[in-house]
Amino acid sequence: MSDATTPLVEMRDLHLAFGEKEILSGVNLLVPPQSRLVVLGQSGSGKSTLLRLILGILQPTSGSVTFKGLDIARMNRRRLNRVRQKIGMVYQYSALISSLSVRDNLALPLEELTRKSRAEIDQLVDEKLTLVGMADARDKMPGELSGGMRKRIGLARGIIMDPELILYDEPSAGLDPVISSVINELIISLSEKIGATSIIVTHEMESAFKIATHMAMLFKGTILAADTPENFKASTDPVIAQFITGDTQGPILESDTTK
Amino acid sequence: MLSPWPAIRSTLQHLSSVVWLLIHTVEEMGDRVARGRFPFRLGIFFEQTDRTGVGSIPLVSLVSFFIGLTMALLTGYQLQTFGQERLVPALVGIAFTRELGPLMTGIMVAARIGAAYTAELGTMVVSEEVEAIEAMGIGPLRFLVSPRVLAVFLLLPCLVVVSDVTAMSGAALISRWAFDIPFRGFFDIALENVLFRDIIAGTVKSFLFGLIIGLVSCYKGLSVRGGAAGVGDATTSSVVTAITTVIGFDTLCNIVLVAIFDK
Repeated sequence: MSDATTPLVEMRDLHLAFGEKEILSGVNLLVPPQSRLVVLGQSGSGKSTLLRLILGILQPTSGSVTFKGLDIARMNRRRLNRVRQKIGMVYQYSALISSLSVRDNLALPLEELTRKSRAEIDQLVDEKLTLVGMADARDKMPGELSGGMRKRIGLARGIIMDPELILYDEPSAGLDPVISSVINELIISLSEKIGATSIIVTHEMESAFKIATHMAMLFKGTILAADTPENFKASTDPVIAQFITGDTQGPILESDTTK
Repeated sequence: MLSPWPAIRSTLQHLSSVVWLLIHTVEEMGDRVARGRFPFRLGIFFEQTDRTGVGSIPLVSLVSFFIGLTMALLTGYQLQTFGQERLVPALVGIAFTRELGPLMTGIMVAARIGAAYTAELGTMVVSEEVEAIEAMGIGPLRFLVSPRVLAVFLLLPCLVVVSDVTAMSGAALISRWAFDIPFRGFFDIALENVLFRDIIAGTVKSFLFGLIIGLVSCYKGLSVRGGAAGVGDATTSSVVTAITTVIGFDTLCNIVLVAIFDK
């Protein structure tokens, strides 16, 4: 059972390796309910992998990921699918089904997983599209939309089932500063409006500090630090300081060249 | 000397993966049925049957017509030497019903539809669409694989009938012109000689080849790695594997069917 203090997601000594290559080597992380946790880290450091472990798409080599106290890796497929309905995922490149219209993309989980009528589904679709400011795109195909529009539709699809947890994979990557700010504000307003917990994976510092209520830094397969954004900004840790300032001199590049 | 074991191991791994794909797809469909829902979207199923069945009719008819015609012409000239050209209708009838109809249709459908399935699913994998479906808690196998496999499984036998009829028509046409066998007589002789066991053999093979093509192409599509180049490689591999497997199982079926019916 979860309450306001028990973490919604908990990772304990999480290891993941693909063959010889170790991606995660002992990740420990707690995600408090109704928080917006930003996971920072270099490209290829395993941030997106963390999200796939929470969704049960990848299986850890050892350790555990729990959602509301339930171990994701130990669930059977049927139970896992039920848990996945409580988690919304927003992909970096939106991952909209290209053969379906915007309306059908949003309606897909409702039609497949609930017994709602067509009218109820249409109402929900319109509601979520309005929430992300894309009501006009209802009958468009994903191919007709720009990157920012696709991202917003992906966001609307991520929240269509009113999830308790929303996972964002690089939500503002590759977008212009204005659209990027729109997305950041949407993430904040959505988490406030529907009361969902959010885990946001990004390496864009400006967005990260705007969105975060909690922060964690993934470095060399482990969580280097997990703290508030204020403490992150004031951190004297050379890795965190270099990552935040984007300095070319420091331990991050040194560790890359000595790999 | 090169060891054959890595190739054998890899073949067995792929074979077991295809079998697991079938088992998991049936399992996901079963779960869905147990909850009182239809296992897949009928819209997707009919879209695929239209594409696999109706869309393949021109290719299958044309190729079968020409093969039937050529077969009748070449065998007829050889048999004419012995005054036995009246055997042509029986020869074409049995050959197509039992062997060439399912085999040629299988090869054509593997190339036309198998490639399309692999490319389509492969592109969906690369653009994370399949993962998104899985992440939403919708079984991607019952949603994407089951309507495609069922479409090709159910429609291949229908296409084999089209192939048999058009091949016989081609053979009848050339026999009328080259060997003076009237149309009606051609079909009468053919039907007299085609036995029930030939029809059974052709039907069993048709369903089996449909299942093989559907499963192999979906498996290859879902296991795509590495972007556009990966999709290209998987599509080539899908067509080659499906055609080789169809021919391999055809041989196996012939051995088994001969053992059952002809001994």
